[in-house]
Amino acid sequence: MPDQNLIQQQKRDRRRMFADMRFRAYGILGLMIAGGALLFLLGNIFTTGYDAFRQTVITMEFNLNTDDLGISQTASVEAIQQANTLKVAKQALYALFPEVSKSKDKRNLYKLISLGAEHDIRNQLFNHPESIGSKVTLTVPMSSDVDQFYKASQRGEEIKSRLDQQQQQWLQTLINKKMVTVKFNSDFFTRADSRYPEIAGIGGAVVGSIYTLMICLLISFPLGVAAAIYLEEFSRDSFITRIVEANINNLAAVPSVIFGLLGLAVILNTFNAPRSTPLAGGIVLALMTLPTIIIACRSAIKTVPPSIREAGMAMGASKIQVVFHHVMPAAMSGTLTGTIIGLAQALGETAPLLMIGMVAFIANVPGTPTDPATALPVQIYLWAESAERGFVEKTAAAIMVIIVFLIVMNLLAVLIRNKTRISNK
Amino acid sequence: MNSIVILITAICLTLMSGFFGWQRSKNIHNLRSRPIYHGMNHGLKVALPMMMTASIWLISDNLIIKPTVMSDLTHNNQITLADPDFHYLQIVQIADGLIKENAFNATINKAVEHYRVTKQNTDSAIFWMMIIAGLLGFRGVTKKFHRNTPAREQVERIIKLLLAASSGVAVLTTAGIVLALLFETLRFFNQVPFTEFLFGTHWSPQMAIRADQVGSSGAFGALPLFAGTLLIALIAMAVAVPVGLYSAIYLSEYAQPKIRVVAKPALEILAGIPTVVYGFFAALTVAPLIVDLCEHFGISASSESALAAGLVMGVMIIPFVSSLSEDVISAVPQSLRDGSLAMGATKAETIVKVVLPSALPGIVSALLLAFSRAIGETMIVVMAAGLAANMTANPLESVTTITAQIVTTLVGDQSFDSPKTLSAFALGLTLFCFTLMLNIIALRVVRKYREQYA
Amino acid sequence: MNNNANPVMRADSVNVFYGKTQALHDVSIDIKQQQITALIGPSGCGKSTFLRCLNRMNDVIENCTITGQITLNKEDIYAPSVDIVALRRKIGMVFQKPNPFPKSIFDNIAYGPRIHGMAKDKDDLEEIVTNSLDKAGLFNEVKDRLHNSALGLSGGQQQRLCIARAIAINPEVLLMDEPCSALDPIATNHVEELMWELKANYTIIIVTHSMQQAARVSQQTGFFHMGSLVEVGRTEQIFQNPVDKRTRDYITGRFG
Repeated sequence: MPDQNLIQQQKRDRRRMFADMRFRAYGILGLMIAGGALLFLLGNIFTTGYDAFRQTVITMEFNLNTDDLGISQTASVEAIQQANTLKVAKQALYALFPEVSKSKDKRNLYKLISLGAEHDIRNQLFNHPESIGSKVTLTVPMSSDVDQFYKASQRGEEIKSRLDQQQQQWLQTLINKKMVTVKFNSDFFTRADSRYPEIAGIGGAVVGSIYTLMICLLISFPLGVAAAIYLEEFSRDSFITRIVEANINNLAAVPSVIFGLLGLAVILNTFNAPRSTPLAGGIVLALMTLPTIIIACRSAIKTVPPSIREAGMAMGASKIQVVFHHVMPAAMSGTLTGTIIGLAQALGETAPLLMIGMVAFIANVPGTPTDPATALPVQIYLWAESAERGFVEKTAAAIMVIIVFLIVMNLLAVLIRNKTRISNK
Repeated sequence: MNSIVILITAICLTLMSGFFGWQRSKNIHNLRSRPIYHGMNHGLKVALPMMMTASIWLISDNLIIKPTVMSDLTHNNQITLADPDFHYLQIVQIADGLIKENAFNATINKAVEHYRVTKQNTDSAIFWMMIIAGLLGFRGVTKKFHRNTPAREQVERIIKLLLAASSGVAVLTTAGIVLALLFETLRFFNQVPFTEFLFGTHWSPQMAIRADQVGSSGAFGALPLFAGTLLIALIAMAVAVPVGLYSAIYLSEYAQPKIRVVAKPALEILAGIPTVVYGFFAALTVAPLIVDLCEHFGISASSESALAAGLVMGVMIIPFVSSLSEDVISAVPQSLRDGSLAMGATKAETIVKVVLPSALPGIVSALLLAFSRAIGETMIVVMAAGLAANMTANPLESVTTITAQIVTTLVGDQSFDSPKTLSAFALGLTLFCFTLMLNIIALRVVRKYREQYA
Repeated sequence: MNNNANPVMRADSVNVFYGKTQALHDVSIDIKQQQITALIGPSGCGKSTFLRCLNRMNDVIENCTITGQITLNKEDIYAPSVDIVALRRKIGMVFQKPNPFPKSIFDNIAYGPRIHGMAKDKDDLEEIVTNSLDKAGLFNEVKDRLHNSALGLSGGQQQRLCIARAIAINPEVLLMDEPCSALDPIATNHVEELMWELKANYTIIIVTHSMQQAARVSQQTGFFHMGSLVEVGRTEQIFQNPVDKRTRDYITGRFG
């Protein structure tokens, strides 16, 4: 019956239409899952870490008397280095709580203050030696536990705190006296690593990363560009060339941990590069980045129209002159874009650096690329593995810093690309 | 000798020679090459011999200093050292001031002094050799100088050589990787049988310090690692394949250009986030979430479950699947789609029956590449998957992977002779071969596919 | 024919092979000083290939082999001792599509003098640039924007810039490979007038697909067909009284 057929046909068509819509919905769902994961990840990092940029501090009066410090008023730099600033800090705090007398309580009381207090007082002695013997008012960091507790209470959150009842009471007293404040934690950006979260900073790691990337750039950029020029402009299509090309493509896909093994066995043990240093790290990362730069530079060279080469050659320029005067300037923006993207990858690379020993605990900001150092992603790894709770938000904050670096680098790459696109029009 | 001083000396000699070449040719009439090229020629002919001589520094330590110091140490004191590499490292570190002098061990202190003297002598010997090489180069180039010297051609030949040498660095890197892995792996198999490594089911590389301690032998059956690696990679693929593929299909077939412009870079961001960040996220957020969720259903889950690492790794490799897949799907000729649509097929039917089959080789290779990424990924598993070498298919239990073991055995102090350290290289070789195979197959498939539509 | 004119360049039974295919068969021609020689013929006949042999631009192409002899001032340009860079300095070339470097107008012209070390100082260089632009009739149009990008010029201006660039290094011979095919009639007219003026100082060889152009500008014309130089002679003679039947057919429009 024709009617029956028609109805069946209509049913079929509707089913097919729904199937089509379902298929499309899966696509949207896929995108949404990916986007959702990205947002969840970034949001999670942000909410965990944003408060690490603030630090709970206490403003107190310290009595820098010569007896407690154990130094004279005209003390030398070495003597100041030895000065007993811990005692000064303790005395200042105990003076606020005269009722605390048992030594166990005193110890608990002093746990409110960070070890950074000693460091800050010593800095005061260095910068203002004339203040020795007088009383000064300084703002010093409080301990990580206090920091966590106070910031959480300000956010209106309840957290499990390691502070006991007594300590919380003392803290409340200090808060009531309006001595406790929260300030922007600039030390986080300038200090190196520390075992104490409240005075640990990423300064050392950032400098280490900068040195490492500088070494990486200095090695991989000239080598990569030179290799690309040779492969694109000079090599004949021979067996050797094809091996080199296959090599570069495969090298780009070798897991980074293998480069760590290479660094350990060859760069450290055979060539004796100094262990744990940005120099060694930079060399390993340069070998990793090399394929990226070569591939980017080759495709940039490929886009330079042959008419430019012909024009140069007809003017009596040699092949090398054509390449360096005409081809490379035109291919430079593509090469730079690729280089920046390669460097951004190198910035986030962790495993190879762990393996060549950049994982050591370094409490100083490195001065040169041959000083032992750590790098930003390695610092993140170290803090993430640390048992100390105060490091969780520091880790997230360090991640935010590295992501900002990556965003800036990628924007730079996009900017260079767009600028040349406009000028080529 | 300070490396900065050496570098500055070398640069000064080069510049002086270059300036000399430029000056002397500047006022000559009817010069074949321009003065600037004569200058460059003079500079390069001095710099290259110096560079070649200076490269002796790279191998001087292993070739000269170490044998001298160590043979002296063992010979004079009539001792045999169990781990000469370790002692030598100690000597070097004391000499460099990295660790404090050992006040009680006079033998070591003497060796340190010997090391210092030998190093100083070697360094100054190489330095003077470098200077002499530079001077010889200078003599050679000045002797040949003449109005008709083809300086430009000579300079260009040197530049071309340098360019060719640079492209050789990539090959040297691969050679270095293969040789280093092979060499150490062979040493490993001298101590541990090959079959135990490949088929053994027990992995506990912790070696006792003293031979008489219990359980001193260590076990090196890598099968649990292979299984763990595969489990996590499969979980990751289970996330990344559907999400990545559907995203790619939507972006290339359905999405308006406006959405594509936003969504594509957003997906790429996932690939740009450092893996250590994913590791932190997996360990801090996802793993506890899974534990809580399982507790809710009355199942027990490890706090370092394979699932947490796998899920997060899956998110990380989404862009590897989606980006390449989208490229191949977009490359399918429009005429094929038109043909199918003209027959009255819906868009979904066209995609499933026409577009995807013709894009299949490209998609397969995208998946292979993503899989190879998942297997080689390190930081996520180091931070989130733990070190327990369990052989299990249960994603809620904790497993360990090849990469996690490589990193953990090599971080911290190590002596280079213990099977524990060497096992990392055997694992590295396995990983290298496996990912290389995947990549080669993937690239082959892609090339075949490109030829089809070329 | 003008017998006083000496041949500057002379090709003697030149054969060109790309791999195994022969692109040119036994081409022999004399190029006379301070004349314009036009090479005409249907597309794919080998006239451009021949032109590119004259300054060895074919060297770039892999597996291209050339036999026979080409001389410039009685010297074999394919002799092993010849410096290809020096040769191209003496034989300039202008291409079908204008191909200025993506640099300023000034730098485009100054490039040749710079790499050949022709200018003693900055003033000298400026003078060369001004002179070349002037000779190419472009100076007045661009004198206010010498340091702007050359890519901002119109097509005709770009082509004249390329001519100015070629004559900046003072070549003896100027090769032009269909220099007007990408230009509109007005720009073509400009370039043709320019050729007439340049004839006084340079020997010009022009490849063109336009017979009218060959008739207008040249004194000598060669007709290429299927890779052979069929006929060469005074332009009037080729156009009015061709000897070979193929030439006659081409000129009267039977094919091509």
